[in-house]
Amino acid sequence: MAIESTKQEQATTTEFSGVPVAAPTPAGRGSVGRNDDLSQVALKADRVSAWYGAKHAVGEVSMDIYTNKITALIGPSGCGKSTYIRCFNRMHEFTPGARVEGGIYLEGVDIYDPAVDPTRVRQRIGMVFQKPNPFPTMSIVENVASGLRFKGITNRSEVADRVEASLKSAALWDEVKSDLKKPGIALSGGQQQRLCIARAIAVEPEVVLMDEPCSALDPIATVKIEDLMTSLAERFTIVIVTHNLQQAARVSDWTGFMLAGDDGIGRLVEYAKTDELFTNPKDPRTEAYITGRFG
Amino acid sequence: MPREQFHRSMQNIQDNVLELGSMVDRQIDRSIKALVDRDVPLAEAVIRDDDEVNRARFHLDNMCLSLLAQQAPMASDLRLIVAVFAMASELERMGDHAEGIARIVVMMRDEPLVKPLVDIPAMSVKAREMLKSALDCFVQRDVEGSYAVGRMDDDVDALYDRVYADLIAIMLRDNSTVEACTRLLWVAHNLERIADRATNVAERVVFTVTGMLPEMDVSSY
Repeated sequence: MAIESTKQEQATTTEFSGVPVAAPTPAGRGSVGRNDDLSQVALKADRVSAWYGAKHAVGEVSMDIYTNKITALIGPSGCGKSTYIRCFNRMHEFTPGARVEGGIYLEGVDIYDPAVDPTRVRQRIGMVFQKPNPFPTMSIVENVASGLRFKGITNRSEVADRVEASLKSAALWDEVKSDLKKPGIALSGGQQQRLCIARAIAVEPEVVLMDEPCSALDPIATVKIEDLMTSLAERFTIVIVTHNLQQAARVSDWTGFMLAGDDGIGRLVEYAKTDELFTNPKDPRTEAYITGRFG
Repeated sequence: MPREQFHRSMQNIQDNVLELGSMVDRQIDRSIKALVDRDVPLAEAVIRDDDEVNRARFHLDNMCLSLLAQQAPMASDLRLIVAVFAMASELERMGDHAEGIARIVVMMRDEPLVKPLVDIPAMSVKAREMLKSALDCFVQRDVEGSYAVGRMDDDVDALYDRVYADLIAIMLRDNSTVEACTRLLWVAHNLERIADRATNVAERVVFTVTGMLPEMDVSSY
């Protein structure tokens, strides 16, 4: 994989070498309204482009992802939004022939710097996928604990405490506490997705990426995940890719609209506060998409 | 075009606004005609027909509610529906003002007029012109035209000031005219409020187009 990005002087192996980094302090999201402090940028994407072999999928997309905010990425199928967030935690490079250009900075450090350990990046920037994917051979508790072991946390009582805290944060504890040894895949779809969220947050990431996390869930399970996202945003920065415009409108603070041009390359058309984007978008292409006037 | 049914419904809402506006315009016209011609049966018909205006307004509200619930409109569609809620209310209240004028006509019966009806019909013409212009601007999504509607309100206010001054002078000269003058003052006040509400409709047109809700300068009567 070829990486061409601006390297920052402060990039060190220490920051990504497995030393636990505390989750960012909540930036003030209160019970009333949303935190409007935009001074903190959790993740900065600078002219990120992505390819699958010769196929140019994402073209120079820059975004500031604000700390403790929920940022939604919307756009038609094939606009590159999933590809784009997979660049945020170096998942894109798992695809053979894939490559990324541009810079993605977590606390000022380019995550594509050769000195940076990609595994550590994925601990600090977790991901939840479209289809719930609990480890099939593991129990509920083992699923959540798995990430902790990768991180070197093996003390039994600490693991148990963290598993319980994560399951509580994922709003799953009350439903599973009496049967934690049950296989993860024995849970309902919605519960499995919350289990995956518990697994992602157990390692205390700064950012949680969610790629269509509710598309395989029924409406009740979807509401639970959406409520959960709002409460998780008090501790984590969340980026969600969704096809569901209403979901983006309901849960997010900021929304980015991506669209592939005639050249097939996905670009960011508009990035604005969610209430502004859904009531008064500035770009006519955003207006056409969210009002269903495409085509 | 995708969501064809939805966009047909949006067009239907716009058509219903125009239909309500047309009903209200007719009510204003007939109420002033009843005053000028001292036509009590016509005034009574205006009073009866206000129910029809109210029904049309609630029908429009229900259409908007259904679209909000079922189609989750966004951006300009959302702004239009929110604007139509407000416009429907303004139009229905204009209908109430026309009904108010008709009730005064019924109260007056064949009571002699204390002054010739010149400025009051002129107010009516101007207020109806404002209403028609505001609805045209709605169809054309015309922001500049909407601001022009706001400016037309000054003419109605000037006429109202003149009617007010004339009637006060008549009352001061002959206190036996107080009741008759007060009735005409109420007619003029209803027309002045109709013009204000036409301005409000124009403000909602600006909101539909721009997302901004301007405060056009209307009188404080």
